[in-house]
Amino acid sequence: MTDAPVISCRNVWKLFGPNPKQYLAQMSPGRSYEDIRADGYIAGVKDVSLDVGRGEMLVIMGLSGSGKSTLVRCLSRLHDITGGAIEVEGQDIMALPEKELIELRRSKMGMVFQSFGLLPHRTVLENVAFPLEMRGQDRHTRRERALEVINLVGLDGREDYFPRELSGGQQQRVGIARSLAIEPDIWFLDEPFSALDPLIRREMQDEFLRLQEMLGKTIVFITHDFDEALRLADRIAIMKDGAVEQCDTPDKIVLDPQTPYVRKFTEEIEKARVVHANVLAGPVNGAVIEGEAIPGHMTIQQLARQLVNDPRDILPVADKSGKVTGVMPRQKALDILLGDAANG
Amino acid sequence: MAEIATNSRPEDGTRQGAGIRALLEEPSVARGVFWSLLGVAALLTVLRPWLPDGLVRIPEALLMPWRDWIDAAFDFVAFDLGLIHVTRFLSGILEFVLDAVANILYGRARWPRFEALPWTVVASVAAITGYALGGWRLSLLAGGTFVWAAVIGQWKWTMETMSVILVAAPLGFTIGLLIGIWCWKSKRVEETVKPLLLVLQVLPFFSYLLPAVIFFKVGPTAATVATVAYSLPPMILMTTLGLKKVSPEVVEAGKMAGCSRWQMLRYVYLPSARTEILVGLNQVIMLCLAMVVLTAAIGMPGLGAKLLEAMGSFKLGRSFEIGITIVLLAVVLDRLSKAWVVKQPEHFEKGTPWWKRNIFPIMGVAAFVILYLVARGVAEMDPMPFDEVSFPSWLVGIMDEVHRKESLSQGREFDASIKAFLSLDWVNAITYAIRYVVNVYFLIPTEKALLYLPTPAVIFVITAIAYRIGGVIPGILALIFFSIVAQLGYWDRAMLTLHSVFMATFIALLLGVPMAIYSVRKEKRAKFMILLCDTFQTFPSYVYLLPAVMLFGISPVTVIISILIYTMVPVIRYTVEGLRNVPPELTEAADMSGATRWQKLTKVQLPLALPTMAVGLNQALVFAFFMVIIAEFIGTRDLGQEMRRTLAGTNLGWNFVLGFSVVFMALTFDIAINAWAEKRRKLLGLD
Repeated sequence: MTDAPVISCRNVWKLFGPNPKQYLAQMSPGRSYEDIRADGYIAGVKDVSLDVGRGEMLVIMGLSGSGKSTLVRCLSRLHDITGGAIEVEGQDIMALPEKELIELRRSKMGMVFQSFGLLPHRTVLENVAFPLEMRGQDRHTRRERALEVINLVGLDGREDYFPRELSGGQQQRVGIARSLAIEPDIWFLDEPFSALDPLIRREMQDEFLRLQEMLGKTIVFITHDFDEALRLADRIAIMKDGAVEQCDTPDKIVLDPQTPYVRKFTEEIEKARVVHANVLAGPVNGAVIEGEAIPGHMTIQQLARQLVNDPRDILPVADKSGKVTGVMPRQKALDILLGDAANG
Repeated sequence: MAEIATNSRPEDGTRQGAGIRALLEEPSVARGVFWSLLGVAALLTVLRPWLPDGLVRIPEALLMPWRDWIDAAFDFVAFDLGLIHVTRFLSGILEFVLDAVANILYGRARWPRFEALPWTVVASVAAITGYALGGWRLSLLAGGTFVWAAVIGQWKWTMETMSVILVAAPLGFTIGLLIGIWCWKSKRVEETVKPLLLVLQVLPFFSYLLPAVIFFKVGPTAATVATVAYSLPPMILMTTLGLKKVSPEVVEAGKMAGCSRWQMLRYVYLPSARTEILVGLNQVIMLCLAMVVLTAAIGMPGLGAKLLEAMGSFKLGRSFEIGITIVLLAVVLDRLSKAWVVKQPEHFEKGTPWWKRNIFPIMGVAAFVILYLVARGVAEMDPMPFDEVSFPSWLVGIMDEVHRKESLSQGREFDASIKAFLSLDWVNAITYAIRYVVNVYFLIPTEKALLYLPTPAVIFVITAIAYRIGGVIPGILALIFFSIVAQLGYWDRAMLTLHSVFMATFIALLLGVPMAIYSVRKEKRAKFMILLCDTFQTFPSYVYLLPAVMLFGISPVTVIISILIYTMVPVIRYTVEGLRNVPPELTEAADMSGATRWQKLTKVQLPLALPTMAVGLNQALVFAFFMVIIAEFIGTRDLGQEMRRTLAGTNLGWNFVLGFSVVFMALTFDIAINAWAEKRRKLLGLD
């Protein structure tokens, strides 16, 4: 995240209605979602600003109708935005002519859809090779690359099947393979696992994490499932009525919700499963470091046994390389694990 | 905010109009207007003997010269703008294609000179196509139909009919597809085309024929053009519908794959709309067949012409055999195209050899080549004097062509037995009794009454009904449309047409609804009924004349009966459908409330099925308007008879005045009933 963000949104608006551009231009600032609706418009995306860094996985979370799908479609310019600016790799995508937009999608973007969006008349192989075919690659290279990604998602042997001959999970693997075929830099996933049943969903999430480990793409992932978001995200953006309520790391969202809406969301979450030791650690500041350090990238829950049994009050926390980065008061961790003493 | 305010201002004007409309839709006002319209109509009828002639019928002097105006407009477009040269040029191309196909199918002695295909080749290729699309049953049906046509001695006529379908159906498909895509792309085009399609769907087919004859040449060319025009509306509608229904995610997936616009259409939209487009193709084929048979009226040879001829000379056996061929052909074409609709691609196991993947095309080509060589080549290599034909060479010969003497047609014998059956005393007594009772107690009095009514009275009654069931706009349209009909100057003939339509539809309801109610009691019976109706619906309308003529000869009753049989199909079909789709919770709730069967039917099932039944009634009326014109072949005195006369000349104005008399009547009912069904559907929260 050191270099410039891959995707950068500044005050992005997307309004639906009879004459959105004009309406937005003369709209007084600070109108709420309801006010706008009373004027006959729907605010799909309402004044959103956020950045996505290289190699980062941003999860956009919200209930249905909160505008998360609209937002991701603005990022890929499947929707034209009403106001604001979106830059992808420094290029203002609203300024791109159709040809260059197509070129951008052909070379840099991949997208996975909730109900897969597979072409029913094409085999798995032909579906996966579709984006390559569209950019005019020859049959042979197409086939080779398609087989490669089909192997990657574990569908080898099914190349000649038609989508309707596959299970939901397998169909989504095809969708994922297709979106990866052109080796995109940016990967959009619109509730990719929502249509699957819970067991398969879990399996696909693991699969997805494995792929991401391997590929290291920049990812915008949409979900309405908070658990899924916590499991996958580097950062989470929580949306409500088209606006982003809070955009932060999972730990911060859980520990420090900024709005009542986010608080309501996080209330039921078992914090120990989310919060990592290094987030609780403060600076060493001359405190005495004794004994073995605990690994900072693990969650409090993962460390629970050790935390309960450890006699020390102040625990040193180390990063992955073993270097001590800070110290954590044991009580703070136990509070998270067992709930605040005050709250019983 | 200022913008919004100015935007909303023009709405105030329309709001006033809407206010009047809302007032007229107020139940009490509606009732008042309805009864006062009926009252005026009743008064006019009672006072008729004392009414001035001008109020009974529009005086001749007040009629506009519509015919001359239409003729002038046509002359301008055709000759001054030169459209006729374009169409004559096109008809040259069309004629060439038709000749080529005709040569292949039945060896027309014109360039390009092909030898006609032996019937065995056609039949076996049809059988293999049937097998590929739908298994051995469809194979038997497809192959069997062509074997029947050959063996019964109707090969040439069948091929004459087929040759036009083979040209018209692809043409109709392509043009319909293109217009459909255009409608989908541009809202304005769609808004222009939609009402046109509505008119085209109720335009009597004689009005397709005359322009076709004038702009294109008499015979197969004009027949093809009329057929294509007639088959367009459903293709256009289905294409637009299918393209609109493509799932948005598939579209987005296409866009994200970086499709250009052309790639989107070619690789994403069209393949995804496959089902609807193929359903459209099915409709095109069926309408083509129905229409080709009818184009006998403008000198198109083939099954239709022969049927007309046989029926005209009362050769019942022969016409029955031709009727069977037409019906078989219809069923085969329908089943084949429908099988293609539901056929989904399936993958082959890895390592399947090439020939196995393409087994059907290979079999088809092989059957074609082998049978062709056997039937044609071998026969010519081994010339034999005709009188000492050996069995093998006879066999080879018959595989090429079944000659008249060798055919198994039992026309004459069949004829005799039908006539014998009909002249049996009891049969005769029954048919005579039906004819007499229906005619004397039913048709003649109602017809006289309808003709007695003063023109304004009829217009008011129809307006009142349309307003009552459909609402304000259908009411106003009814008033305008029927006034136009009166103005067009064929009021009495129009009333005769309307009379036949009403009577037939009325009896169809009387018979069809109870039959439908009876059949839905058991699921199996209902399914069978639907299948039966679907099959009957594929029959070209022309065939329906046949049983009516057989039983009742040439009489006004025959006309009513033939319309009746044809219109009963949609009545039954939609009633069954409507009753079957009543949500089971509701019938269960009725059962648990202790409703008797009759109570359940009248209080729950029928009210919920009524919107669907109304769609059926609407279709029945449209069918009736179509059939009543065709029934002219039997002999009528209405618009149809007059229209048929126009075909002899080139008087387009005359033809169109008659045609649009039918269009405006049919549209009135179509609009009113559809408006009612839609309102009702919304009210009941259906779909």
